[in-house]
Amino acid sequence: MSTEVPLLNVQIDGVWLQFPKGTKVIDACQQAGKFIPRYCYHPKLSIPGNCRMCLIEMGMPKMTPDRKPVLGPDGKPEIGWIPRPQISCAQDVAEGMGVRTDSPMVKECRQGVMEFLLINHPLDCPICDQAGECRLQEFSVEYGNAHSRFLERKVKKPKNVELGPRVTLDAERCVLCSRCIRFMKEVANDDVLGFVDRGGFSTIACHPDKTLESNYSLNTVDICPVGALTSTDFRFKMRVWFLKETKSIDVNDGLGCNILIGSREGQIYRITPRENNDVNGNWIPDSHRLNFKYLRAEERLLQPTVEGKQTSWSDAVSAAVTKLKSAGKLALVASARLTNEELYLAKRLATALNVTIQDVLPRTGEPDGILIPADRNPNTSGARLLGATGETPGARLKDILAGVRNGSITGILCLGEDLLDCGFTHDDLAKLKVIVVTSILANPTTAAAHVALPGAGFAEKRGSMINIRGRLQRLNKAVEPLGEARDDWEILTDLLAAAGCVHSLHSIEDVFRAMSQDVPEFAGLNLGKIGDLGLQLLNKPETVTA
Amino acid sequence: MAYTVRRPNLTFWEKLYLPNIVAGLAITFNHLKKMLKGETKVVMQYPEEKWDAQLPEYYRGAPTLVTDEHGRERCVSCQLCEFICPPRAIKITPGSLPTDSKFAKVEKAPQAFDIDMSRCIYCGLCEEVCPEQAIYLRKDYAVTGESRADMVHHKAKLYELGGSMPGLVHKWNPDK
Amino acid sequence: MDFLNDIPWMLIAASIAKTLFLIFGVVLPIVSYTVYAERRVSALIQDRLGPNRTGFPISLFGFEKDLQLFLGGLGQPIADAVKFLLKEEFTPAHVNKFYFWLAPVLAMVPALSTLAVLPFGNYLFGQKMVVADVNVGILYVFAIASIGVYGIVLAGWSSNSKYPFLGSIRASSQMISYELSLGLSAVPVLLIIGNLNLSQAIQYQIENGWLLLPFTDGNLTLRELLLWIPVLISFIIFTISMFAETNRLPFDLPESETELVAGYHTEYSAMKFALFFLGEYAAMIAGSSVIVVLFLGGWHIPFLPINTLESSTTPAGIALGFLHITAFFAKVVGILLFFIWVRWTLPRFRFDQLMKLGWLYLFEIALVNIFITAAILALVK
Repeated sequence: MSTEVPLLNVQIDGVWLQFPKGTKVIDACQQAGKFIPRYCYHPKLSIPGNCRMCLIEMGMPKMTPDRKPVLGPDGKPEIGWIPRPQISCAQDVAEGMGVRTDSPMVKECRQGVMEFLLINHPLDCPICDQAGECRLQEFSVEYGNAHSRFLERKVKKPKNVELGPRVTLDAERCVLCSRCIRFMKEVANDDVLGFVDRGGFSTIACHPDKTLESNYSLNTVDICPVGALTSTDFRFKMRVWFLKETKSIDVNDGLGCNILIGSREGQIYRITPRENNDVNGNWIPDSHRLNFKYLRAEERLLQPTVEGKQTSWSDAVSAAVTKLKSAGKLALVASARLTNEELYLAKRLATALNVTIQDVLPRTGEPDGILIPADRNPNTSGARLLGATGETPGARLKDILAGVRNGSITGILCLGEDLLDCGFTHDDLAKLKVIVVTSILANPTTAAAHVALPGAGFAEKRGSMINIRGRLQRLNKAVEPLGEARDDWEILTDLLAAAGCVHSLHSIEDVFRAMSQDVPEFAGLNLGKIGDLGLQLLNKPETVTA
Repeated sequence: MAYTVRRPNLTFWEKLYLPNIVAGLAITFNHLKKMLKGETKVVMQYPEEKWDAQLPEYYRGAPTLVTDEHGRERCVSCQLCEFICPPRAIKITPGSLPTDSKFAKVEKAPQAFDIDMSRCIYCGLCEEVCPEQAIYLRKDYAVTGESRADMVHHKAKLYELGGSMPGLVHKWNPDK
Repeated sequence: MDFLNDIPWMLIAASIAKTLFLIFGVVLPIVSYTVYAERRVSALIQDRLGPNRTGFPISLFGFEKDLQLFLGGLGQPIADAVKFLLKEEFTPAHVNKFYFWLAPVLAMVPALSTLAVLPFGNYLFGQKMVVADVNVGILYVFAIASIGVYGIVLAGWSSNSKYPFLGSIRASSQMISYELSLGLSAVPVLLIIGNLNLSQAIQYQIENGWLLLPFTDGNLTLRELLLWIPVLISFIIFTISMFAETNRLPFDLPESETELVAGYHTEYSAMKFALFFLGEYAAMIAGSSVIVVLFLGGWHIPFLPINTLESSTTPAGIALGFLHITAFFAKVVGILLFFIWVRWTLPRFRFDQLMKLGWLYLFEIALVNIFITAAILALVK
């Protein structure tokens, strides 16, 4: 048990409740079901208290001369209300504190602050990308005035400013909450943004010699409560209310940041981070969130091919198994980008085809100390657990390559990797009697392959992965696979059936159930139990920075 | 609560039903007779007679796009009409205005704007929802085509039908 | 090769000629134009114009405009027929295919078969203008007409869909119920005529005046006057039952649009639907013909000479023969117009009202009517 945090009695809108010491009043009110509007406050950032939107009426218990609280007729302390409003974000709860969130004064304050914030607002919601998820819009409806009393000319500020390669600023929409400045300073460790000019002319700007080019810059767009910072990539692409948001995880590194995939009619428009304090907090690197366009790339495989000729799925699957069975000694090159289910099926397929040696391709890079770890494969832990690789991923690749070169290995089943990345050369590929490959995009291996099967991308399939910390997380399907591409687990179950292995795996749930029976770590689990935030499966103290 | 309706007490002849049938037949026969004699005023004979001249200002014909007095296309592709459209007849591809454009301040304009007139139900919700007063239901009601593709009004056609509508919005005027 | 000589070739040829003339020359045109009349009359009753534009499409052959004869829209039935023939012959996936295809046939065939025994004219070209002059004529009509319900029941059942099923259930109970009063109301007529042969029924009416209008033979006796009362009752019950049998408004519950989409033929389209439609109107023609034969003197025109077998080949006889055929179908068309007129006047019955009317009133009245007729026939000579 962790150390007990003492509970404090707080009266919110006449109701006495208890909160742990250290809770911010704004959070306490939200927990009590009284939402307080805010712009500058963000639970993961420091508190400047500069938007003034979260004003409340506050009071402390009345004290007798001997410092005892005066008790009212109900036995509770009587509260002496402070005559002027307080900002609730910068205030911790205290014993006997009273809060009013809907008194006439609070309402008047909010109305005033809203009017003040909107004085110079350009009211260009129809073109603003934030419309639909804009705090200004929401609070204006909830707490603001229906009309403007402002007769003077509005202050003109720079619009369409490229702060960095990925972020565009519209200073007229900015409410100067400084969330972006604090984020860059405190989370991204790149103190590049700041306010310039005074009074009504204040604007956000970059340091003169710098641009906003941190790999975390797009998180400022997410936390910007208004439309001031917009993503250059997503700018004017699609209105947010059309987007179907699918909870999934990022597959660009071993951490598996939790994400929301925004898609409409089968097309992905943007990816935003999803809060998971055990994994990625509220953030995600730019490089990861923008890496979804390859799903619609020109070189996407759309149809299964046998010997370079397009064919039907049933023909391709039976051709693949026939060729593999007649190829002699087989090796399996799986990918640590596959889901657990796919790796499990790959293992069963390897047994059915008498594969003698298998491994995955390791990917490593420099960890950035924030969210990107050294391991750039999303499911190395899963591959290890399911026997697709040894303790050191890629160690057996050399043996496979050697076997191919000396002719002892004559067939390769490659799942989701390019063999050229594994050290093979074009000559090596030509030496092999049979190459069967599943892939999302066309690459030299699919070109050399005897059977190439188009698989599904991360947003097109369901499944689970285990991140570097041993956390089991879930992928969800946002869009349908392009063309005739299919979910990889379906391809693998078909290959299994064609290889003569009788099974009853008809859905991803069936595959998980079979896996949970065969692999003790997954015992008692199913895809539903994993939940949106995942669950800790393996005890691995590995950190992001390691 | 049960509510009982008392049925009227019928006379013998009413119960017999036949006299009332005869009375009903007489009524319909009179209508038939008057029609045959040409005494009844009938509806307008559409292709020969048209009521274009009497169309009221608020007539809801085909939806169109309009430009303002400076020739700027009013639509900023906010896609609210696409959102509200009950039969999903509208499809917009948003685009941005080039920075050297006369109206660069507006930033956004539709790259493509298609209204599928075989789907449109002329409800006028798009006109009502438009925050830029860019889409209007004009007086064209005879929308025909020989294929489904013909029935889709593209942006150029929509502006051709809509024409210009001056006044109304000064939002994008930098001086106002 | 003797047996070839035994076959009555002339009779067969004449029967085929008569059948073809009756069905394709008279009944089917009347059917299509009844549909047109239905639309035009309903429009006029409702202060509209109805289909008034479709002419005969001579513009297809290079003319400036389609041909419009007096009333516009006379080309409409042709256009409708072409449309039905050219539409996709669609069979829904969930139906029982065999019965689904059989049902429209079963709806059409009985309606046309009943026409076989109906004498639609006197002698012409030395032939009696009836396809089969059988001596159980009226029984044959009832027997065949009652088969018509199978088409409807099968259509509803094989469609495998709830509205058609409800419609066909309604149709079967309604037809069974009204067949009783239909048959019973015909009994007094048969008592008076004393013969089941329909030609003989007309012969009786030529000699003694039409049953409904007994003065058409030129004199009116007390007996005829007394019998006129049960005959009138019979006529009313017979007509009402005929409405119910042919599923016409106010008894069109099997296909009531407001409740059952389109009733038993909801799942049908194109020519299969057209067969139901034609069958329905052919049944109306058959029913009207029976009414004409039993109550309105058939082809007889009062105070005109009657052809004999010998005189029917002379020019005057041919003219008279055609006149009689025309008279018969004129009477039929009159009844059909009455059908249409009633349809656009009366609202639809509720199903319980329909059943109550059939079982509690028409059935009993028809039964009593038989005794009254018998009593008059026995007591008044």
